[in-house]
Amino acid sequence: MPVQYYIFLSIALFCIGIMGVLMRRNAIIIFMCIELMLNAVNLLLVAFSKMWVDAGRIDAASAQLFVFFVMVVAAAEVSVGLAIIVMMYRNTHSVDINILSRLKN
Amino acid sequence: MGIDMIIFTVLSAIAIAAALGVILSKNPVNSVLCMITCFVAIAGHYIMLNAQFLFVVHLIVYTGAIMVLFLFVLMMMNLNADIEPQKRNWLKYAGAISGGALLLVLVAALRDASVPAIQSGAPTDIGLISNLGKTLFTSYVVPFELSSVLFLSAMVGAVVIGKK
Repeated sequence: MPVQYYIFLSIALFCIGIMGVLMRRNAIIIFMCIELMLNAVNLLLVAFSKMWVDAGRIDAASAQLFVFFVMVVAAAEVSVGLAIIVMMYRNTHSVDINILSRLKN
Repeated sequence: MGIDMIIFTVLSAIAIAAALGVILSKNPVNSVLCMITCFVAIAGHYIMLNAQFLFVVHLIVYTGAIMVLFLFVLMMMNLNADIEPQKRNWLKYAGAISGGALLLVLVAALRDASVPAIQSGAPTDIGLISNLGKTLFTSYVVPFELSSVLFLSAMVGAVVIGKK
C-alpha cells in the first residue's frame, strides 16, 4: 500500500481540525480540534515508522516513541487547559471565545 | 483490492466522517461522541500498522481518559444546550475556505512525493512493548524523566487553577 494514502488521510484530519479551530466559537470544541490535529500527526508518524521498518531500517522505533511523548504532552495540556476553561466558566458563565477574548473581567 | 485496502478505506471513511461530525454538530456532547468514534478509528489504523503498544495506549489515554474528561467538564458545566450564537456567518465561511486552501496546497505538494511503500503483509515486532521499552530506557531516558516533571507540574497547575 503506498504511504501516500496515509499522508492524504492525515492531511484531511489535520485540515478538518484547523477548520474546526477557525469556525467554532466554543472553547471546548476548539480544544478537541487541537487534539484531532495532534492525532493526525501521530498517525502519520506511525505510518512513516512502518514504512522505514519495511524499507529495512532497524531504528524505526523512535517514531513510535515520539508518538508516545506527544500523547504525554497532550494529556498534560488537556488537564491544564480544561482547568483554565472551568475557571473561566466560573468567572464569566460562558465558554464562548468572543467573550473570553477579553481576558480581564 | 486486498483485505488491508478494504480495512484502510473503511477506517478512513469512519475517521473522516466522525471528524466532520465533531466540527459540524451543534450539540457539544455529540461532538465528544464523534471524537471518540474518530479516535477508535485511528486506533484501528495503529493496529493495521503493527503498532500494538500505541494502539493500547491510544485507547486508554485518549478514548478512556481525555475524552471522558471532556465529557465530565461538559456535563459539569451543563453545556449540552447549544449556546453558540449564529451571527457572523462570514467567519465560518472564511475558516472553511482557509482550511480547504491548506488542504489543497498540502495535497498538491505531497502528491508526487517519492517515498517507499508500506508492505502490509510483512509482520514486524517493532511495535511490541519489549522493543519500545528497550529503546525508551536506553536512548530516551532523559525525555522520559523530563515528561514525569512535566506531568507533575501539569497536575499541580490543574489543582491550583481549579481551586480558585
